[in-house]
Amino acid sequence: RGCGWPGSGGSRGGAAMDLFGDLRRMNKRQLYYQVLNFAMIVSSALMIWKGLIVVTGSESPIVVVLSGSMEPAFHRGDLLFLTNFHDDPIRAGEIVVFKVEGRDIPIVHRVIKVHEKGNGNIKFLTKGDNNEVDDRGLYKEGQNWLEKKDVVGRARGFLPYVGMVTIIMNDYPKFKYALLAVMGAYVLLKRES
Amino acid sequence: LRKNVEDFTGPRERSDLGFVTFDITADILNGKNGLETIFDWNVKQLFLYLSAEYSTKNNALNQVVLWDKIMLRGDNPRLSLKDMKSKYFFFDDGNGLKGNRNITLTLSWNVVPNAGILPLVTGSGHVSVPFPDTYETTKSY
Repeated sequence: RGCGWPGSGGSRGGAAMDLFGDLRRMNKRQLYYQVLNFAMIVSSALMIWKGLIVVTGSESPIVVVLSGSMEPAFHRGDLLFLTNFHDDPIRAGEIVVFKVEGRDIPIVHRVIKVHEKGNGNIKFLTKGDNNEVDDRGLYKEGQNWLEKKDVVGRARGFLPYVGMVTIIMNDYPKFKYALLAVMGAYVLLKRES
Repeated sequence: LRKNVEDFTGPRERSDLGFVTFDITADILNGKNGLETIFDWNVKQLFLYLSAEYSTKNNALNQVVLWDKIMLRGDNPRLSLKDMKSKYFFFDDGNGLKGNRNITLTLSWNVVPNAGILPLVTGSGHVSVPFPDTYETTKSY
C-alpha cells in the first residue's frame, strides 16, 4: 500500500482538518492495525515492568518519594530504584521502603536498629532522617518492629525530580486523563508511511 | 579512625539500656583514591552513623545506631568530636548488654549522590567495648 492518503492537504492550517478527514477515510483494516499497534506498545511496557520486578525481586522496583521525612537526602518527587534480594540481610543504615500491614502507602526510611536471630528471623526499627522520633508511631497498633515481609525493597539508586509527574497525576486526576487521552490519540492516529 | 568509650548500664522495664560516650576522629576519603576527599561533583551529602554491633543469647546479631549526622557538600570531611553522648537510646532486645564483653562500634556512611547509586560505606577501624557485669542505679545523664 502506498504512503499518504489521496487528497490529504499540505498546508499547516489544514493539518487538523486532515487528521479528522483521515479518521473518516480510514478503512476498518487500518483501524485494526492501529489498535494492534497500540496494544503492542502497552504490552511491551507491561513486560518491561514485570521483567524489572523479576530481576530486582521487589514488587515495586521504582517508587516515588512522597514525603519530606528523608530530607535533605530525598525530596518529594524524587525517584528511587529498589532491589529486594532474599539473601540480602537487612542492616543498620540501609534505606528501606516498607509498607505497614494493612496500609497501601510505601514509606521510605532508614533502618536504625536490627535484631537478628540465629535462624535468620530479623526484626528491625526504622526512622526518617528528618524526623525527631522513630517510626513506632507509624506502625500498626501494638507493633514495635518491622519484619522482612513488610519490606518492599532497599533503595540502591536515585534520580531527583523525575517522579514529580506521578505526584501531579495523583493530585490532579484531570491532568492524568488529559495526558492519557493525548497519548492514546497520538498512537491511534499516527500514520505509518 | 579512632573512638574511645566509657559506659555503664541500667535496666529499663525488662530490657538492658546502655550508655556510651565516645570520641570520633575521622577523615572521610574517597575509597578509590585514598587521598582525595569524598565530596566530588556527584556527592550531594553523606549520612554518617555510629553503630554498635554485638551478639547476645537472644539474638545472634544486633545492630543499634547510636548517633548520626548529616554532612553536606561543602562541610569539612574531617571529624573531630569529643565526649559525645549517644543520640538514641541504646536498648537491647532483652538483657544481653550486661556482662557483654564485645560490643563493636563502627562508623559508616551512606553516600547520597546528586543522581545515581546509593552506596553504604563502612569506615576502616573500629573499637570494641565491654559492658560491666553490674547494673548502675540511675545517674544523671
